[in-house]
Amino acid sequence: MLTLIWLIPALPFAGCVLLALAGSRLSRRATAAMGVGSVSLSALVSLLIMGQFLLRPPAGGAVTQTLWTWLRVGTLAPGMAFRLDPLSLLMALVVTVVGALIHLYSAEFMEGEAGYSRFFAYMNLFVGAMLTLLLADNLLLLYLGWEGVGLCSYLLIGFWYKDSTNGAAAMKAFIVTRVGDAAMAVGLFLIATQLGTLTIQPMLAQAQQVWPVGSSEATIAAALLLGGAVGKSAQLPLQTWLPDAMAGPTPVSALIHAATMVTAGVYLISRMHALFALAPAVQLAVAVIGAVTLLVAGCSALTQWDLKRVLAYSTISQIGYMFLALGVGAWSAAIFHFMTHAFFKALLFLGAGVVIQALHDEHNLFRMGGLRRELPLVYWTFLVGSCSLAALPLVTAGFYSKDLILWYAWSSPQGRVWLWLAGIVGAFLTSAYTFRMVFLVFFGEQRGVVSHRPRLRMQAPLVILAVLSVIGGFVEIPAVLGNVPLFSVFLRPVLPEPAVLADVGSSASLMAVASVVSMAGILLAYALFLRHPVLVARWAASRWGSALHRFWFAGWGFDWVYDAVFVRPFRRLAQLNQGDMVDAGIRGIAWLTAMASRSLTRTETGHVRWYAMGVAGGAAIVVAILVWL
Amino acid sequence: MPAVSLELGLLLAGVLFVLGLIGLLVRRNIIFMLMSVEIMLNAAGLAFVVAGARWGQPDGQVMFIFILTMAAAEVSAGLALVLQMYHRFQGLDADGLSEMRG
Repeated sequence: MLTLIWLIPALPFAGCVLLALAGSRLSRRATAAMGVGSVSLSALVSLLIMGQFLLRPPAGGAVTQTLWTWLRVGTLAPGMAFRLDPLSLLMALVVTVVGALIHLYSAEFMEGEAGYSRFFAYMNLFVGAMLTLLLADNLLLLYLGWEGVGLCSYLLIGFWYKDSTNGAAAMKAFIVTRVGDAAMAVGLFLIATQLGTLTIQPMLAQAQQVWPVGSSEATIAAALLLGGAVGKSAQLPLQTWLPDAMAGPTPVSALIHAATMVTAGVYLISRMHALFALAPAVQLAVAVIGAVTLLVAGCSALTQWDLKRVLAYSTISQIGYMFLALGVGAWSAAIFHFMTHAFFKALLFLGAGVVIQALHDEHNLFRMGGLRRELPLVYWTFLVGSCSLAALPLVTAGFYSKDLILWYAWSSPQGRVWLWLAGIVGAFLTSAYTFRMVFLVFFGEQRGVVSHRPRLRMQAPLVILAVLSVIGGFVEIPAVLGNVPLFSVFLRPVLPEPAVLADVGSSASLMAVASVVSMAGILLAYALFLRHPVLVARWAASRWGSALHRFWFAGWGFDWVYDAVFVRPFRRLAQLNQGDMVDAGIRGIAWLTAMASRSLTRTETGHVRWYAMGVAGGAAIVVAILVWL
Repeated sequence: MPAVSLELGLLLAGVLFVLGLIGLLVRRNIIFMLMSVEIMLNAAGLAFVVAGARWGQPDGQVMFIFILTMAAAEVSAGLALVLQMYHRFQGLDADGLSEMRG
């Protein structure tokens, strides 16, 4: 069974190739069957392998399958090799299961669109690349998957390429993540030259032997990898691409820009956690980036009117939580939050897709409302997802994962009070913006007309994800509530348990604080957006209020700064160089030759006496040279 | 035989040559230009003869006979061209013929 690892990424790739070759000749039904089927089969294989892995764990807790040696350069010989350990298996399982559900949903969602087979080909390619990234046994193969998902992200954001703003958003996403990818590539070069291998396990062992804790090499290598993670996971300061990436179809946002690709950075850091443990300064930076990002994005989410942009900022903010967890050494807590986040955020995006489609492509929250009677199934599932995102105590998955992160932010030796405080404020913001969204979309008076209702293929994924958003949390229950550490025990062979300081107080009281805060956020949203919307309107109209609103709405002005510092100077430079400076030199030579030719041509007068004069003058000069020189 | 001094002979040759050249450059009539060329050829021949006399060698006279032959050939070809030119352009003005300017 474990020898079938290669099938997990190969199936979606095969689907992609088949769809790309035969897509235009297939019927829509066959296209959907192939696109959904390949990922579903991959999910099935992952599930079977997971079962096998749990029942009869392999020796050493991991299996490596080398298909062939990819390339051989000197001593460096990275293979086409997949390594299956609890971490990669878990992530692959989440990606394939959530991916299969989203594919099923897309089969109906994209029904009326042109480019149906192109859509599924890209989506399959994405899943394949993502699985390559997760299962890769060496960093080079991981990088291949890393760039592959970046490419698919670009292709799918610009799926409706006839609108130039979509193309611009796709390009922005590609270029901004490229900044991080460049840093990561340099990091890989550094690791390859310094440690002599890119295969992850020997490389980490080698790093621990060669580099002492806090050494500059380890710090630089970790910082460069962090650069890649920050770009891909849309953290400060490279977060600006994700809100614009919402230009793509909604299932794409759900799959790539919420559940899977954007968490690749989290995976990278937890995969390389031994290296990050050697660089405490960088690890602190991870925590700080996470804490700042989750606050910045949380504030921005509170002011957006576009339903999908609220969710995009929310994604940035939730990945900030994961970074916070990684920064305090709570590796498995970050992966736990990745899993629950994949469930509830995919659910929220899919629900948002139904709402947007039902109201004729209406994205504006303020033109929705009252939909809970019109779309009851979407309402209930969306509510479940929102409760999970807002970390409603005890019954939701989000509560358990977020609480675990907050607990370690408080109690781990790398934790700080202010990191915990940032997490608590973030939790408040999260529940406030989440329920602002819920109240504006599903409560109040109905403003739009529902013209389109989801059928079975769109309803089933919603229900399944809603169930997962609830039960997904019960695999890791803290000690005070019953102590079920299944999740962290499963990951323990890969991700060590974080240390906990002795005198930190009880986790129950912290949990109570977090619960109260998230409830307070919901109540605030209820009071401000449902009961007294006049208050918000009046506050937003005041001078400071509107300035703050605009500042937050624009994502804290990052786009403006980047535009002023990078984009516009570069464009001006390009404009200056429109004629190409190098060409000017070459054109100068051509001009000189032409001028010389023209002036020499002028001496050819056709007058024989003039030529005789030339001959005589020339002879005189020759004689003069012979005589006097 | 009272020898003409080399200097005088060469001076005469030089003067004749320059006269011929000036004639070639200032005259527009093609016949006069041919005559000027003839003068220049003879100036060169004179220089050979004078030099041959100075060293008592026959080479100078041999060269002069070559020049005479060449001049005869040149005149025959030149006069034929002059006739053609007169037929085509109804005139002998050399400056009128500048179709081949660049």
